[in-house]
Amino acid sequence: MKPPAFDYVAPTSIDEALEQLSRGGEDARPLAGGQSLVPMLALRLARPSLLVDLNRVTGLAGVSHAAGELRVGAMTRQRAILADSLIGRHAPALADATRFVGHEQTRNRGTIGGSIGLADPQSEYPAVALALGARIEARSPAGTRRIQVEKFFLGPYSTALDRGEIVTAVIFPDWGEGTLMHVDEVARRPGDFALVGLVAALRCDAAGKISRAGLAWFGMAPTPRRATRAEAALTGALASGVDAEEIGRLAVEDTEPWDDVHASASYRRTVGARVAARSLRRILDASSNRGRP
Amino acid sequence: MTIKVSMRVNGKPVSAEVEPRTLLVNYIREHLRMTGTHVGCDTAQCGACTVHLNGKAVKSCSMLAMQAEGGEVVTIEGLAKADGTLHPMQAAFKEHHGLQCGFCTPGMIMNAVDFAKSNPAPTDEQVRAALDGNLCRCTGYQNIVKSVMAGARNMASSGS
Repeated sequence: MKPPAFDYVAPTSIDEALEQLSRGGEDARPLAGGQSLVPMLALRLARPSLLVDLNRVTGLAGVSHAAGELRVGAMTRQRAILADSLIGRHAPALADATRFVGHEQTRNRGTIGGSIGLADPQSEYPAVALALGARIEARSPAGTRRIQVEKFFLGPYSTALDRGEIVTAVIFPDWGEGTLMHVDEVARRPGDFALVGLVAALRCDAAGKISRAGLAWFGMAPTPRRATRAEAALTGALASGVDAEEIGRLAVEDTEPWDDVHASASYRRTVGARVAARSLRRILDASSNRGRP
Repeated sequence: MTIKVSMRVNGKPVSAEVEPRTLLVNYIREHLRMTGTHVGCDTAQCGACTVHLNGKAVKSCSMLAMQAEGGEVVTIEGLAKADGTLHPMQAAFKEHHGLQCGFCTPGMIMNAVDFAKSNPAPTDEQVRAALDGNLCRCTGYQNIVKSVMAGARNMASSGS
């Protein structure tokens, strides 16, 4: 058998799950969709003493919208995210990003909470959360808290979650009328981790001025990374006057890409600038078409 | 530590005492001795181990057997009728020669059946996108895509 031995429990309530996690100690881990964790077990990259399966916990899946916020439950599956009408309306970048996440079969299992909690710097959902200014709702025996996304991702596979604390939802603020979003990435093969990827959101006011910009890279730094210089250059600019190529070059200045067998850092920078320019052009074209009577 | 796991596989109730680390695919192959479900990579890349859990295609190498507790599993062995009549998707793979060595075929067919349920008349492009989690090292995919397009139409016309 490939995975190392571990104990397993499948609680049905969140309180029970938290209790099992804290009783399990340092090497106890929650199991969400398992599409990263189970392969990591098979490769023996993860050696938990106890897995607390969250798949039977009630109330962790589902999408709701109230008071200007979209709440996506941690155990909401990627396949459900693709088709959800509230997500399509209020955080379309999340659905758009899901096209790039794994494959049909893995999207039937994989969850948003699992992806956010794993904090792989190359994965799409953490960058969506960062670009849109989400908050991560987390629960521990001490209670529930909401963590600003800027303070959540600390490094590769490292988050602000305390031991025994689990992600229960991701909360996306409404961006409002006139917002367009786009997600793009370059990968060697569909479903592979991105060499370079960008989540972009722009809100334009009635006069065609950009009133808010959110750009977040994945696969370009040890954590998802905001392109703050490009965001600042876009904010307040007239959409019709944006030079997408120039913003693309500016956007990669906030990245720290690396060399590996898949691509060099300079390749990632070059392709990143193109991906950013392409994404912006797409958003700006859609925005100007929408503005026409 | 072993735990009792119970589920239905191809309509029949089954149960066993397993170690928690038993993957669903190992349970199917080694405990139930149904070897139609293949193991290619064990890391959710190749799709050879695709089965249906509660009607949806999943990679059985990336789930614990325990996670299918109480579930309804269908494997490649569960598609044909008892009298040997092939499922429309299997028949399409045979008709269009959608395989060479056959190793990836069970996973291809299980994924294609789930896909075709919501895509009765898919385009070439839709089929290729849907199969991006199934690797074939022989065919170059041309006949697999042809088979899935035909199989989806066959399924729609036969109402399966």
